[in-house]
Amino acid sequence: MSQIVVEDLVKTFRIAERSPGIWGALRGVARRRYRTVSALDGVSFEIEPGELVGYIGPNGAGKSTTVKVISGILVPDSGRCEILGRVPWRERIAHVRSIGVVFGQRTQLWWDLPVIESFELLREIYSVPPGEYRRTLDELVSVLDLEALLDVPVRQLSLGQRMRCDLAAALLHRPSILFLDEPTIGLDAVSKLVFRDFIKGFNRERGVTVILTTHDMDDIEALCTRVMVIGEGRILSDGTLEGLRESIAPERRLIVDLEEPDAPVADAEATVMRREGHRVHLSFDPRRTPPADLIARIASNHPVRDLFVESPPIEEIIARMYDEQRR
Amino acid sequence: MRAYGAVLSANFRTLLQYRAAAIAGFTTQIFWGFIRVMIFEAFFRSSTAAQPMTVDEMVTYIWLGQAFIMLLPWNVDRELHNLIRSGQVGYELLRPVDLYNLWLSRALAFRTAPTLLRAVPLLTLALLFFGMGLPESPEAGLAFALSMVGALLISCSFTTLVNVTMMWTISGQGAANMAGIAVTIFTGMVVPIPFFPEWAQTVMEVLPFRGIVDTPYRLYLGHIPASETLFHLGHQLAWTVVLVLAGRWVLSRGLRRLVVQGG
Repeated sequence: MSQIVVEDLVKTFRIAERSPGIWGALRGVARRRYRTVSALDGVSFEIEPGELVGYIGPNGAGKSTTVKVISGILVPDSGRCEILGRVPWRERIAHVRSIGVVFGQRTQLWWDLPVIESFELLREIYSVPPGEYRRTLDELVSVLDLEALLDVPVRQLSLGQRMRCDLAAALLHRPSILFLDEPTIGLDAVSKLVFRDFIKGFNRERGVTVILTTHDMDDIEALCTRVMVIGEGRILSDGTLEGLRESIAPERRLIVDLEEPDAPVADAEATVMRREGHRVHLSFDPRRTPPADLIARIASNHPVRDLFVESPPIEEIIARMYDEQRR
Repeated sequence: MRAYGAVLSANFRTLLQYRAAAIAGFTTQIFWGFIRVMIFEAFFRSSTAAQPMTVDEMVTYIWLGQAFIMLLPWNVDRELHNLIRSGQVGYELLRPVDLYNLWLSRALAFRTAPTLLRAVPLLTLALLFFGMGLPESPEAGLAFALSMVGALLISCSFTTLVNVTMMWTISGQGAANMAGIAVTIFTGMVVPIPFFPEWAQTVMEVLPFRGIVDTPYRLYLGHIPASETLFHLGHQLAWTVVLVLAGRWVLSRGLRRLVVQGG
């Protein structure tokens, strides 16, 4: 059986509505009107041990709701959810012992205490045996380079430093599943790279299952073997990044730098998307037109300084997908 | 169990850092202490009727009250309040612990740390310079110490109950204000219970609040004989049990609401 099984999860929220103005407020006291918002509308997926899954979708698509349900904070209206054979909200305490969670927007460390004291506190809360704690801590401190941060109160850490400490905090009890909710939000380029390297290594060496929600497509490209896209409470696509690319945006781009600016370029099997002086962006379908043939034709018909082929950026693919969903 | 101890001690250490608040509070409490002493001295001078307490007893009673004022469950835990307000309270459920016990540990730290910071210096000053008396007898001293533990338990279980009700009233201020008024009057903090009319005394002696101020301070004075200590400890413990059960019940209802409505 899979490590994580989610089947047909449905979750709706009732939101109290209030008409604007004083009269609206007064009416609201007497009689509340509710609007039902559907956050999850039949979400199903399965995840095997050791997978590194990206879970993406626009704001309000149901990402956080899903993470809250599988981490045991939220009870769904209907549907099945089993993680390591346990129903999260029924056996909350046993369940949360086996997962680690990092929220980019908040910290689970104690704001006023030095980092090491938060770690010690987590050791007590998760009742990690001292020997095991020592080993895990030493390992995390060296991999994440925390030595200099341990005695600093959390409120004095930079965001990047705090994120490293938060990662360590989520892993001290050696969870077999790690949820990362927008972990790279607000991080600088270097911190993002450190973070990605760490997650990749940890996933490979320990076999920890990682579920990552993010808006940063570089995170997805760098880390995830599998991507699930959610929109308006439904899973729109689930598969490899390559598969997603093939199905949504199979075209390739040929970018040509010509010797002459504004020289005419034409080919029967490619369309001109954009021109910027010497540079021409062409789009073609690699299934119909082999790239080598196209390049040979262009190069023989036009004086070319340079040229290269690229795929549409992942951002564009996702944006296209969200767009199609809305229509 | 160790987890809750660790949470308690971490919160305790955090709160000990607020030294500026402690010094400011300390000065304010001395100031108010003198005003209260003056009011009661004026009251005693203006009346010839027999009073239920002597002036000296009253002075000691007031300084005890000033020293242990932070033990009164008259305010809510700001930090917890913010967690609930912002909906982040759901994330507390990510810890493998019982939420009620976790919050009770918080409350214990929240009440004991500021009390300790203020009580030790204030009692020293009051005993040396402000006319505060020692316990009536060694037995009275022991009875006082034991009933202060009971006072702490009532105070913390009541604090937790008020904290938990914040899950319903988002602002939390309403419940806290009502609790604050009930606490200052029914504990005997403002006016000692023996000064109230007969009928009011009967009511106040049943309520839990007296266990926080009236019981321990009057045991200290010997105003309640030390021989009655066991009965009063029983009263405190019985109310603690009731308050804990009520808090647990309200919390479980609140959590059901939270997880159903979303965070």
